[in-house]
Amino acid sequence: MGDKLLFVQGNEACVEAALYAGLGFFAGYPITPSTEIAELLSMRLPQRGGKFIQMEDEISSMCAIIGASLTGLKSMTATSGPGFSLKQEAIGYAIMAEVPCVVVNVMRGGPSTGLPTKVSQGDVMQARWGTHGDHAIITLTASNHQDLFAVTVEAFNLSETYRTPVILLFDEVIGHMRERLMLPEPGEIPLVQRLRTSVREGTDYHPYLPREDGRLPMSDFGGVHRYNVTGLMHDMWGFPTDNPQVAYGLMRHLVDKIEGHVQEITRIKEFFLDDAETILISYGSAARSALHVVENRRARGERMGLLELQTLWPFPAGLVRERCSHAKFVVVVEMNMGQILLEVRKAMQDSERVFLANRIDGTFISPTDIRNILRVIQGKGV
Amino acid sequence: MPVKAYLRERFMPHIWCPGCGHGTIMNNLVRAVDSMGLKKNEVVMVTGIGCSSRISGYLDFHTLHTIHGRALAFATGVKLARPELTLIVPMGDGDALAIGGNHFIHAARRNIDITAVIMNNSIYGMTGGQFSPLSGYGKLATTAPYGNIYESFDIVELAKGAGASFVARTTTYHVASMKEILEKAIRHKGFSVVEILSQCPTYFGRKNRVGDAVDMLNYYKDQTVPIGSEKKNENPALIERGIFVQEERPEYCAEYERIVEKAKRGVGI
Repeated sequence: MGDKLLFVQGNEACVEAALYAGLGFFAGYPITPSTEIAELLSMRLPQRGGKFIQMEDEISSMCAIIGASLTGLKSMTATSGPGFSLKQEAIGYAIMAEVPCVVVNVMRGGPSTGLPTKVSQGDVMQARWGTHGDHAIITLTASNHQDLFAVTVEAFNLSETYRTPVILLFDEVIGHMRERLMLPEPGEIPLVQRLRTSVREGTDYHPYLPREDGRLPMSDFGGVHRYNVTGLMHDMWGFPTDNPQVAYGLMRHLVDKIEGHVQEITRIKEFFLDDAETILISYGSAARSALHVVENRRARGERMGLLELQTLWPFPAGLVRERCSHAKFVVVVEMNMGQILLEVRKAMQDSERVFLANRIDGTFISPTDIRNILRVIQGKGV
Repeated sequence: MPVKAYLRERFMPHIWCPGCGHGTIMNNLVRAVDSMGLKKNEVVMVTGIGCSSRISGYLDFHTLHTIHGRALAFATGVKLARPELTLIVPMGDGDALAIGGNHFIHAARRNIDITAVIMNNSIYGMTGGQFSPLSGYGKLATTAPYGNIYESFDIVELAKGAGASFVARTTTYHVASMKEILEKAIRHKGFSVVEILSQCPTYFGRKNRVGDAVDMLNYYKDQTVPIGSEKKNENPALIERGIFVQEERPEYCAEYERIVEKAKRGVGI
């Protein structure tokens, strides 16, 4: 195995995965705690003829990857909270213009400058609703480097499949923690390449006319089909319109292409759920502590399980409801004021059984933190 | 090819007001591309938001109509990804120099081979006549009912200071030379800036009582002089037009290719 087994930071694992997925273009701006991604790609991308550019700010980084993606390159940017805020308008543009790209947010404490070097999971709702207007979005996360590698590759695959930006929501602990990573062999994880149109030169190409399966074959900028890309509501040619019928159709398409494929997009991990009376729901680095607690309790015979979410958006509400239907207690473990908690309560339609175990002070949530909250929830005193 | 062959008639009628200068610029841009013999598939036009930015939709190139102020950032992504393409970025004065000012100076510093055409009508037209960074001290606008208290940018000096390797200025009155300047700007390997004074009779003209489109064109005729004209010595308020900077300097995408060669040889690591 030799060079296939690495001992790396999560940010490095993200870089390895992006290159594995065929990253061709990266634009970024320095920000803690995601900077290592830009640093490594400034070295690695040129080695394979790929394009790296450090832009003048976060906004232009987001804009540049959209431009590059339209020429056919798999494109990515990486940032953290403040930069993620700045990128939101352009993320909305990529949603509206249906341009595949991947946006990494290694979460730190907020709001504002917050706790730049400390962990948080406070951007979950921003990933969902950060840009203005109705829309759907795909957001993935992971709790260890092997999974981080897999979801990063998956982010590129989903962005190409659905012609949409995909958010990778990691956190400071995952980004900076070092652990082992086994690099998959080429071909071991399937890659989705860009779907290009088979329409020949001289034939009218409709860049925004979905096929029967909902997918829209693309044509690279610089290729034989010239078309218009805009953030305005547009028809199948990409021409601006305020025709209510066309606007309705586009809005439905943008939302349905993602919300209508929740099952295909959903990635979860289940630990001891079958007979669990208490179910922890967690994601990202918090899920590591949650799993630790569950494994210890199981060893003592307690019926506790963990549902780890790797897909945060679209939220797998049906799956959460189904898996938790027989649980007495459902405890959401996250490092924010309860952002996924709200979704779980909505999914369960029974908030009496759903509780929060959290930390919001920039300190990583430990198994002891979770145990202390469980004592209260389970009525065993403080 | 006739100019009409470059137009997307499906997009017509256009949104520009009667008397607007932007159509004159579009006409000359098309003639410049045509006289260079560029294929339509080789040209990418990127724009932001505003009256000027609608130009991309009307033309049969690869066109990218983006968000306010960021056209140069999108164009940078396209250009670095595909350096063989010709990038033309028409912008309004507010688009380029207020919300987009940071991207403008950095694109110039980068000397990336993009042609920025600033269609300077000294006003935010699409939103109904607010003052822009080029309105001028004392001018009236819907957000400056008592007179604007800002001085204007000098686009030429700003572009020079930021490192643009081609800088020119002309007006919609001087159609005879506009095509030639645009062609030189597009041919130039590096970041090119062409400021074109373009009349907005609807908002700037009416608000400031400077007459109709013809009066505004006459103003451009009377108040501008070729670079180095002696009249400028007598009247320093006159605006110079012509090519101010045209220098060969390392271009960003070419420099990046050298990075790729170094990286592939393992140099510097």
